[in-house]
Amino acid sequence: MNMQEIPLTQILFVSTALFFIGMYGLFTRRNLITMLMSIELMLNSVNINFIAFNKYLFPDKLDGLFFTLFIITIAAAEAAVAIAIIINLYRSHNSIDVEDATEMKY
Amino acid sequence: MNISSILFYAISALILGAGILAVTSVKIFRAAIWLLFSLVGIAALYFWMQVEFIAAIQIVVYVGGIVVLIIFSIFLTQNSGKEMVKPAIGKVIFSALAALLGTAFVYNLIVHYEGFKYISAKPFNSNVEEIGTQMLSTTSYGFILPFEAVSMLLLAAMVGCIVIAMRPNNEVETNTINKTENN
Repeated sequence: MNMQEIPLTQILFVSTALFFIGMYGLFTRRNLITMLMSIELMLNSVNINFIAFNKYLFPDKLDGLFFTLFIITIAAAEAAVAIAIIINLYRSHNSIDVEDATEMKY
Repeated sequence: MNISSILFYAISALILGAGILAVTSVKIFRAAIWLLFSLVGIAALYFWMQVEFIAAIQIVVYVGGIVVLIIFSIFLTQNSGKEMVKPAIGKVIFSALAALLGTAFVYNLIVHYEGFKYISAKPFNSNVEEIGTQMLSTTSYGFILPFEAVSMLLLAAMVGCIVIAMRPNNEVETNTINKTENN
């Protein structure tokens, strides 16, 4: 129905741009929570890719949908563990800036 | 240009605009809210692609779970009205250049790949019945093994979170002693 109107490359452009927006955030942010937010954006751009490939190129299969479901699950687990680590770090360092947590750097 | 493509461009503008604001906003709470809008836009894109189940999961897990978790952790660790330290201007320029060049490079590859031009004409059936049957099927193309593995992963992550975020015992005791001394 809407497949003739929008070619697959335009959806892939959206997901590419979103991925590199997340990468920009990961490069410029120094705060752990905002870096986690950038990672969520990057994971979501990958999910868009899986769904678009599944719908446009292999509509008789459902594998892309399952990959998306598992990525969402793992992203939820990852966010929960990351926030537990952030809260623990805040308790010991009173800051969640990555520059302040350099004990294991050298 | 019909209504479907107009919808697609509106949804894409919402996703990318909110995404850019989420990584550039100087107030951390606003960044979290822009991330929320971006994730809602991605759910709208899934609705537009007629994969309603994934869109519902996206809203339930990301908007209802992860963003709320992020906002909670902002309230626990940050002074949310305060502005964050701005990154150095050189770093901003080079990161933006890297992101733009990366986008241009990957989009160049996508545009020139022939395989993306021939879309399949088969019907796309993604109702919940199909998804559920295939996910819990033990035959080939069934996804029961990753399903079980991911359930173990979720359990391990839950236990790990509690262990990491739990206040150590001796710290609690020192706090109680300090409080009694103050009294």
